[in-house]
Amino acid sequence: MSKVPGDLRYTKSHEWVRAAGLDLVVGITDHAQDLMGDMVFVELPKPGTELAVGKECAVVESVKAASDVYAPLAGQVVEVNEALAGAPETLNADPYGEGWLFKLRPRDPEAVHALLDAAAYESLLASEA
Amino acid sequence: MEALAALGREFVCIEREISLMGHRTPLYEEHVKAGARIVDFGGWDMPLHYGSQIAEHHAVRRRAGIFDVSHMRAVEVRGADARAFLRHVLANDVDRLAVPGKALYGCLLNEQGGVLDDLITYFIAPDRFRLIVNAGPASGDIAWLRRHAEPFAVEITPRPDLAMLAVQGPQADEAASRVLDAVAFAALGRLKPFHATFAGDTFVARTGYTGERGFEMLVDAHEAVALWRRFVAHGVVPAGLGARDTLRLEAGMNLYGHEMDEHVSPLESGLAWTVSLATDREFIGRSALLRQRAQGLARRLTGLVLQGAGVVRAGQEVRGPFGVGTVTSGSFSPTLSRGIGLVRVPIAALDGEACELVGRSGQVLGARLVAPPFVRDGRALIDL
Repeated sequence: MSKVPGDLRYTKSHEWVRAAGLDLVVGITDHAQDLMGDMVFVELPKPGTELAVGKECAVVESVKAASDVYAPLAGQVVEVNEALAGAPETLNADPYGEGWLFKLRPRDPEAVHALLDAAAYESLLASEA
Repeated sequence: MEALAALGREFVCIEREISLMGHRTPLYEEHVKAGARIVDFGGWDMPLHYGSQIAEHHAVRRRAGIFDVSHMRAVEVRGADARAFLRHVLANDVDRLAVPGKALYGCLLNEQGGVLDDLITYFIAPDRFRLIVNAGPASGDIAWLRRHAEPFAVEITPRPDLAMLAVQGPQADEAASRVLDAVAFAALGRLKPFHATFAGDTFVARTGYTGERGFEMLVDAHEAVALWRRFVAHGVVPAGLGARDTLRLEAGMNLYGHEMDEHVSPLESGLAWTVSLATDREFIGRSALLRQRAQGLARRLTGLVLQGAGVVRAGQEVRGPFGVGTVTSGSFSPTLSRGIGLVRVPIAALDGEACELVGRSGQVLGARLVAPPFVRDGRALIDL
């Protein structure tokens, strides 16, 4: 079973979001990395980029497939995880920790509450299985 | 990650046959117990990986790995006309097989010179040859062989009672010395590349699909699990179809359905060396190949390596001074840490030429044509 930490918010497209002060940390879920397999390449947005909700903003590629990552909320990219370029396998090893993708300053900080909570995301996974 | 819902099925879609209820090898339960991710391949439920495809890839290059390749089908051709029949249906000439035990790689062609399948033929006795064909095309192959066998004194006998294991890597023989009985190990030790022999009921062959030393074994299906467990207990790493694909790609070996299919000639698939046109032997597809050769071939198969970061995918376009080509297989090479692929390009394209790969969102990646293989016996064969 994939891990779904209770303190995070989720999207239907398998991103997770964690509050960190004014910003939100964004990554892909354990389910997503497990399905994709060994990651070999990560393309991240440039800091400063303005994202609309649902906009393609990063690419993760495994040995077997490539997938877009979508902005969970509207906002500005304030920091990206540069360490992933040299160690994309971190996405497999620690998707909710060292494998974070970027930090986003949301246009509307309240919008995070509209995302899925852990229980709702777990139901989604169950329905996709 | 909208594409994710489809991802689990992506590997499947690459392959040609999708069935709702897959065939299972005698090792299926063993794979599930080992935590394998199971995918459909050619109608079979097969292990893609057991956790990390890249770790399995490295295990084969550096130590030893074991693959369940029982989805590949053994088919025997028996009878007084066995040799004459195979000289008629195969593009390679089984007369190259002088000594029992010798193996021959080649293609089964249709009348248009398209590749129905690629296969290995083992010469067991003058009236007995054993073919190893691919999972997806197998039932079509058998029907094709039977149809063309009518004028010949031969019987086409599928051997679903056999299972096939491949043990590959620099330490494959060392593992065999501890797993196989003395007679079988001695027989293996005497085998030259592309030769096979029986050790009791076990058929051992110096063949493989990884570019590493090693061997393949055909055994009674009932013995497969015990044999598999013995190799694993001696440190040989279970490896799935994912690693098998990146290993064969690095080794520059074709995969049926990617580099060739029934609409593509072996002459445009890097397989001219497996086509014997030297004698006046009449075989199915011969006249089409002679016609192609006389008219001049339009395309050829070669390799491609990315200059920088990125992954190569089948179906992507390649552009260069030579015109436009297409990636037939692509991935990320774990050994080279680079995106690599096999590409079908215009015949005039030269290895070493710089070119561009068009990525999935239209972006252009710098690349270069290179003659495969990329890696053999654990060593990089191309300059990065």
